[in-house]
Amino acid sequence: PLKHNSELFTLTYGALVTQLCKDYENDEEVNKQLDKMGYNIGVRLIEDFLARSSVGRCHDFRETADVIAKVAFKMYLGITPSVTNWSPAGDEFSLILESNPLVDFVELPDNHSNLVYSSLLCGVLRGALEMVQMAVDVRFAQDTLRGDNVTEIRMKFIKRIEENLPVGDE
Amino acid sequence: MAAACITASGTARNKPEYHTHQEFKLMYGMLFSIRSFISKMSPLDMKDGFLAFQTSRYKLHYYETPTGIKLVMNTDLGVPNCRDTLQQIYSTLYVEYIVKNPLCVLGESLQSDLFSSKLDSFIRALPFFSVRAA
Repeated sequence: PLKHNSELFTLTYGALVTQLCKDYENDEEVNKQLDKMGYNIGVRLIEDFLARSSVGRCHDFRETADVIAKVAFKMYLGITPSVTNWSPAGDEFSLILESNPLVDFVELPDNHSNLVYSSLLCGVLRGALEMVQMAVDVRFAQDTLRGDNVTEIRMKFIKRIEENLPVGDE
Repeated sequence: MAAACITASGTARNKPEYHTHQEFKLMYGMLFSIRSFISKMSPLDMKDGFLAFQTSRYKLHYYETPTGIKLVMNTDLGVPNCRDTLQQIYSTLYVEYIVKNPLCVLGESLQSDLFSSKLDSFIRALPFFSVRAA
């Protein structure tokens, strides 16, 4: 089923980025907008993910990384990135994507060298993890559209978000 | 994170005041405290955590998602563990009709009639639901 949908999805994403480029005329701004949209998707997508995957709460960041790569990416994009380059403290890792469905058929023109085309993904990951009480930083370390051999997403754990007890007014 | 009761509906309750703001705060405080209590007192690694409590009159069932959505259902004493039911309500009703509806703001009171009516039919169709004689 995913094969049939993926072209429409890729083309839709491409149209979205193109329109943003026309609207904002500034690569940095487009990156920001894509990230923001991704965030809004992520905060909802996590609920769908939990509903469909019956994965429980992860015990540590390593488990989180595995679930993201092997379950979530597979479920939504049909790819399974590999998890590598763990920092010594275990709070940072890389997702290496051999292929990226968002960029099928895409070439970046020369005047958009600062565009991080798949910025949406960073926002999605950030938003989704925030809803399960993890503050993370997500960015692209390598991008095949900008000449690198692989696409590498770098994810860094910042802190746990504590659930606050509501302030009583008694 | 705001604690807001985003929806509450019920049948067969004979208290005059229904679902006041005070009650929601009480409920949230109680649930928060129980969760914290049982995780501290648990002799082994906690798996599912707080499932339910019962009094001589009713049983309160609880299910919480990793995203912090809490589902609470009060039933008669005869009803067995409802965790699967609550899980189903989450995945087939909340996620489908609220999360996937861009007009529904997450974290605020639920405004979806569709959700309310689907929830109502779902509850009525449960095997342990029975209309009590008035």
